[in-house]
Amino acid sequence: MERSRVGARDKALVDKSGKQVGVYARTNDAGAFAWGTLRNPRALLAIQVDGFIMISDDEIGSGTAAFSVPVNLTVNGTRHALALDPRTTLLDVLREHLDLTGTKKGCDQGQCGACTVLIDGRRVNSCLTFAVMHDGAQITTVEGLAKDGTLHPVQQAFIDHDAFQCGYCTPGQICSAVALIAEGRARTAEEIRELMSGNICRCGAYTNIVAAIQQAMGRS
Amino acid sequence: MINFEYARASDVADAVRQLAGNPAAKFVAGGTNLIDLMKMEVERPTKVIDINRLPLKQVEATAVGGLRVGALVRNTDLAYDPLIEQRYPVLASAIMAGASQQLRNMASTGGNLLQRTRCHYFYDTAMPCNKREPGSGCAAITGHNRMHAILGASEACIATHPSDMCVALAMLEAKVHVTGASGERVIAFADFHRLPGDTPQRDTNLDAGEIITAVELPPQGFATNYTYLKVRDRLSYAFALVSVAVGLELKGDTITQGRFALGGVAHKPWRDPNAEAALRGQPANATTFARAAQVLLKDARGYEHNAFKIDLARRCIVRALTQAARGMPQSQSSKKIM
Repeated sequence: MERSRVGARDKALVDKSGKQVGVYARTNDAGAFAWGTLRNPRALLAIQVDGFIMISDDEIGSGTAAFSVPVNLTVNGTRHALALDPRTTLLDVLREHLDLTGTKKGCDQGQCGACTVLIDGRRVNSCLTFAVMHDGAQITTVEGLAKDGTLHPVQQAFIDHDAFQCGYCTPGQICSAVALIAEGRARTAEEIRELMSGNICRCGAYTNIVAAIQQAMGRS
Repeated sequence: MINFEYARASDVADAVRQLAGNPAAKFVAGGTNLIDLMKMEVERPTKVIDINRLPLKQVEATAVGGLRVGALVRNTDLAYDPLIEQRYPVLASAIMAGASQQLRNMASTGGNLLQRTRCHYFYDTAMPCNKREPGSGCAAITGHNRMHAILGASEACIATHPSDMCVALAMLEAKVHVTGASGERVIAFADFHRLPGDTPQRDTNLDAGEIITAVELPPQGFATNYTYLKVRDRLSYAFALVSVAVGLELKGDTITQGRFALGGVAHKPWRDPNAEAALRGQPANATTFARAAQVLLKDARGYEHNAFKIDLARRCIVRALTQAARGMPQSQSSKKIM
């Protein structure tokens, strides 16, 4: 263990018998606990899985909470105070922590658009951003579009035009289309196609998707 | 993805201080490339410094009549900025030719300059790659190299730089403002990205410990005679096989000044002063354009799957110069190449 890099604010990471293992955790300048890493960062994963505990001079606690970063997210109008492993993508927070499974994981690489959500009104790929980067943000997912039991005009238009087959890409398509209409840049069908090119539909429902968006644009 | 310490920087000085002396630390802005690479464990930072709170989000006029674009201005915001659309339409067009609206909404100006190659072998940690692991070899030279370089490559690396925005910035002769522990400096765009040589692991001349704070656009925007022409395997949301950014100044039919930069063909946006000299003082016609293309491509070299790009580049250069001379820039929504 590289003791020389462990400072006053650091906490030794030990196993259940009290034996030190080669990693440590510490508070960073933001006041949050985060993983610190030394020789073999991969060892951290094993330690989490194996349930090692972390102790300092004056406290003993379970490791997971201490390693996480606090973050506040407002999702579909509901505020959530979370403590997250900094690696957690916004997509995984929505699906795995908040049980909002409408947002889909397709490629997980920013290539398919199935994970599209709105952050402060802008469409983004939620798989390519860490949730801790969005403290204080307003997130809208497909679950947040309908109001008082009435579908959003884009949702209704997708039904009217049969703009999906399997439906897996649809939440991303709909969130993307809602933002596209708000952006106000697309007027023609070819402009809609270009500005929707970040949303792939492997069933090939594109013709009907464009028709649905045109209908919704007329209504908004 | 390996675990990392997450920290936030409050201002530029704080960001530089947090990065200092830690080669395993990385800044994150949009994260659209870094997080992808972290998932693949191509990038393995042990500390990630979030710079999204830095006050670098403005597009401002400079004293000399240009614009200063903060490093955190998102690609969409830059492309849709009225001053960019009016005065630097080639830049707006190039940005809109790249990625998707979701990615452009996240991606930052500074991050666009620092994105890594999309060479498949760079991403595949089971394969040798001198850029990812210096000395391990280049799998692309004898592998699937359809996307790869035809100019300026080396035996160590034939990767291309993937950015569209940077091709326009190279043509416009932008300047990159950076800050490090020893202060600020300004890097000419042509000197920012590197050729691979025998150190392909270094994409740019940004020093360890430095942060990009702004991209400065000089006054000349070529807003009348310009184009950004991008040819790719899909009509949208694909990296360039070849792209060309053009800016011309014309007096009647005579070219008084002509610039063009190519994307998708080299480790950096590619310009050739001799090719641009072949335009100056010449009539804006097919003969002139073909000669300029010939000069730029005279040392081009193809590999097994990308030799077609040499002729494609020649045709794209001639077509793009023609579009610019006619004042009919390529539309990024109508895909028809006029």
